[in-house]
Amino acid sequence: MARATGLWGTLTAPLLRENPITLQILGLCSALAVTTSMATALTMSVALTVVLTLAAGLISLIRRHIPDTIRLIVQIVIVASLVIVIDQVLQAWFFEISRALSVFVGLITTNCLVLGRTEGFARHNPPLPAMVDAFGNGLGYSLILLVIGALRELFGKGELFGQTILPLADEGGWFTPLSLMLLAPSAFFLLGGLVWAIRSVMTGQAEAPEHVAPRQGEPAE
Amino acid sequence: MSDLWTLFLQASFVSNMPLSLFLGLCTFIALSRRTEAALGLGVAMIGVMGVTVPLNQVIYDGLLAPGAWGWAGLPELDLSYLSLIAFIGVIAATVQLLEMVLDRFFPAIHAAFGVFLPLLTVQCAILAGSLFMVERRYTLPESVVFGLGSGLGFAVAVVMLSAIRSRLAYADLPDGLRGLGITFVLAGLMSLGFASFALMAAE
Repeated sequence: MARATGLWGTLTAPLLRENPITLQILGLCSALAVTTSMATALTMSVALTVVLTLAAGLISLIRRHIPDTIRLIVQIVIVASLVIVIDQVLQAWFFEISRALSVFVGLITTNCLVLGRTEGFARHNPPLPAMVDAFGNGLGYSLILLVIGALRELFGKGELFGQTILPLADEGGWFTPLSLMLLAPSAFFLLGGLVWAIRSVMTGQAEAPEHVAPRQGEPAE
Repeated sequence: MSDLWTLFLQASFVSNMPLSLFLGLCTFIALSRRTEAALGLGVAMIGVMGVTVPLNQVIYDGLLAPGAWGWAGLPELDLSYLSLIAFIGVIAATVQLLEMVLDRFFPAIHAAFGVFLPLLTVQCAILAGSLFMVERRYTLPESVVFGLGSGLGFAVAVVMLSAIRSRLAYADLPDGLRGLGITFVLAGLMSLGFASFALMAAE
């Protein structure tokens, strides 16, 4: 039972408490670039979760045989091979989405999230916990991606998954789309707001101030 | 000549790597706390991108592109699916080589870079430079200019962000916004500024 609780904890911790994007600052690049619509965000989340889970399992299996000095190269080669497979699968069956994702599928190779989890967790743990941890982190990543993707697509185009939710003004409805939501800056603002919201609820995550203002009335030195 | 100059400006300002394409954000956010670190990162980015993008262009054209093996009687061989592994290998080797050269001949610069140099292997912006080079079919001179321009754009952006952040260390922010949160908002504002370059380019 204790073991099951441990695994469950490993799986759920990265969802909000130790979310890879908002707390560990891992995997930001792709998180912001592909979130202009739900479809691309979902594809990217699935691709990353699959690669991450498989890579963690494989690296954890051979963790006793990798010499320490060349472990980065070994890990990157394993991840790159998995990414090539995913890329070919997407091009074969989901060509439109693969075009929309452009180079970002290939960039899963250098996604800091993948290397961070394999380096930080899978290298020291047996395959099962390693894969559970990787899957949990993949889910945490997907959660943030889908929230930002939903907000940007809903307010930028009035759609979700390409289905009209808010009828547009120039098509007889009432909603005027905010085209800023589809541009780069809004992704930064949304993520900043999201970090703020999460840290307001979980105050333990707030960072300590670098400088504390001297108290009033005291001479400074 | 003017085409190359346009490409240089395009790569460094209009499609700025971190601010309009969201590439290399992890290091962009994590290493912008101190201006010295940001400056070192920027210089390393210019060097590494200026070397790896042209090198990968030569490798792609000579070995991996469809039909590259035509001279050997294998005109139908298409190795382009291997490009990802080849590129990442070149980048890792270049970073390693750069580190060894700096360590041997310029120990002071090497000490200043510290741990950032090996980290560049997994910098998404560097790999993305090579992938964009393939997608947009750049020639060799174009890829030199594109690599240098992208590196310069990254350097400018990260030094600017670190300058603003070191000012904000004295500001009285809400607890939840301090650190990561405000950095995203800053990056968003800078990204708005860089978006105006796109308008200038259009005119």
